[in-house]
Amino acid sequence: MASLEAVRSKSASRTRWLLISPAVLVVIIGAIAPLLVIVTYSFLTPGPTGGVNYTLSFDAWTRVLFDRDVFDDTLTLSGTNLEILLRSLLLSLATTVLCLLVGFPTAYFIATRNPLNREVWLLLVTVPFWTNLLIRTFAIQDLIRNEGIINTLLIKTGFISEPIQMLFTNFAICLGLVYVYLPLMILPVYASLERQDRSLLEAASDLYARPFNVLREIIVPLAKPGIIAGSILVFIPAIGTYVTPILLGGGRNLMIGNYIEFQFGQGRDWPFGSALSLALMAIVMVALLVYIRHGDSHGHEHG
Amino acid sequence: MAKAFPVTHQRGFGTVAITTFIFLYAPLAVALVFAFNAGTSPAKWGGFSLRWFQSAANNQQVISASILSLKLAAISAILSTTLATLAALAMSRTPRFRGWTLAYSAISFPLMVPEIVTAVALLVVTATFRGWTGYSGLGYLVLAHTAFCVPFAYLPIRARLQTMDISLERAAGDLYASPWNAFRFVTMPLLFPGILAGFILAFVTSLDDVVITEFVKTAGQDTLPTYMLGQVRRTITPEVNAIAAVFLLISVALVMCIYVVNQRTKIN
Repeated sequence: MASLEAVRSKSASRTRWLLISPAVLVVIIGAIAPLLVIVTYSFLTPGPTGGVNYTLSFDAWTRVLFDRDVFDDTLTLSGTNLEILLRSLLLSLATTVLCLLVGFPTAYFIATRNPLNREVWLLLVTVPFWTNLLIRTFAIQDLIRNEGIINTLLIKTGFISEPIQMLFTNFAICLGLVYVYLPLMILPVYASLERQDRSLLEAASDLYARPFNVLREIIVPLAKPGIIAGSILVFIPAIGTYVTPILLGGGRNLMIGNYIEFQFGQGRDWPFGSALSLALMAIVMVALLVYIRHGDSHGHEHG
Repeated sequence: MAKAFPVTHQRGFGTVAITTFIFLYAPLAVALVFAFNAGTSPAKWGGFSLRWFQSAANNQQVISASILSLKLAAISAILSTTLATLAALAMSRTPRFRGWTLAYSAISFPLMVPEIVTAVALLVVTATFRGWTGYSGLGYLVLAHTAFCVPFAYLPIRARLQTMDISLERAAGDLYASPWNAFRFVTMPLLFPGILAGFILAFVTSLDDVVITEFVKTAGQDTLPTYMLGQVRRTITPEVNAIAAVFLLISVALVMCIYVVNQRTKIN
């Protein structure tokens, strides 16, 4: 009998893998394998017109952070590369903090409506999120350009006489990123707020806690998993952004995504571009590890 | 003594929330309104007109880019939803088996890699393959889009499977339904909202993509997003606003679609 069981479970296992493998195979071909190619390329040297020469070298990796002196071969911290890395980090961190400052009260507002209205408010958060990212970025661009509606209104009302240069600044990039990724903060924070036990707030209030203390001592600590999940969800796409700096930052305020693209285009330095890509991935992995250790594990249980 | 406010009240949160909603909608509203502007200024109203819709509809590049976008989104959404459904059926509601974590990590892999990294990696690989095989058709774009759509299609389907009552299928089996009939008449109808949500999510994700498409495409393979990105360096005409208005309408319709299906088929 045991052997019959074994045969049956073996055939069940075969069916199972037959069903799983097409999806896994497509992801391997379309995402995992290309990434492994990039890993390989990061240890090679650049070819003369793009491409790579097959000689082992750690040079690309060294250059992520250091400049090699042409004469005496000494390494110094690379100004340009560090500046771009630092700007990307700062802009995406600023975006995350701003999203949290704006998103938390909004999520709280939605979570404290009555259940029917909540659905409507949530729908209002999701509609912009489902709208094409490029189009939302164009909308911001139109709004803040020198001849845009904000500057026009400010000039007409006499607040300013010259248009304020907002487009093609770090401010514009940050604004665009907040605008595009805000729903990714609101939704998980809302999810963790909505689950909270209202009676805790009543108890605190009965014991004469002031609203701010209730917020600080009860609501925020309980919403921590949602806050972390939202922050990671905003931070990861923000640091890897490619489109926003092009549209809102002009040519001058590059972020790491654009720098990577440059290496594969005009820069013709595929190994360095590969190393930069993997450095970006490493930052993302660190963020994901934070999420796995402290973030919202609810809804991610296996099965 | 009656309390002045309910216990949930936090001063200023309402104001921030309302401001946030204005912030979310004002730029889109302005773009929408100025799509109907007769003038070319992004700030001065020159009267109502449909000229930008007409000029977009007569622009050959816009037409072919729109067709390619929709074709690509439809093909990759169908493919990724099918693959994701099969995988989800095999991986949900079963005791954990050897290789589960590996399969799950593989399927959610595209979600964890920054788009630009996947894009340059695919650029390198497709450039090499084009050189080797001479083939430069739509296949590369279809494969790339299907791959990054798989996790988006997978998640809602799995979520639906997890909330489904397995005893219904057992009951069908007890009443001598063949496995196929049990699947067709019990599992499938119950799973349908999840599949639809997965399909729509995959469709929108493909339609929305600009970075990966930009790096994988060859000449003449512009989708609507890559076409618009290409227009950045030139002066922006309200034509883009007209395209945006249409896109906005599509996304509102799709969100409503999911919302209605979810409301109607809520599992209690």
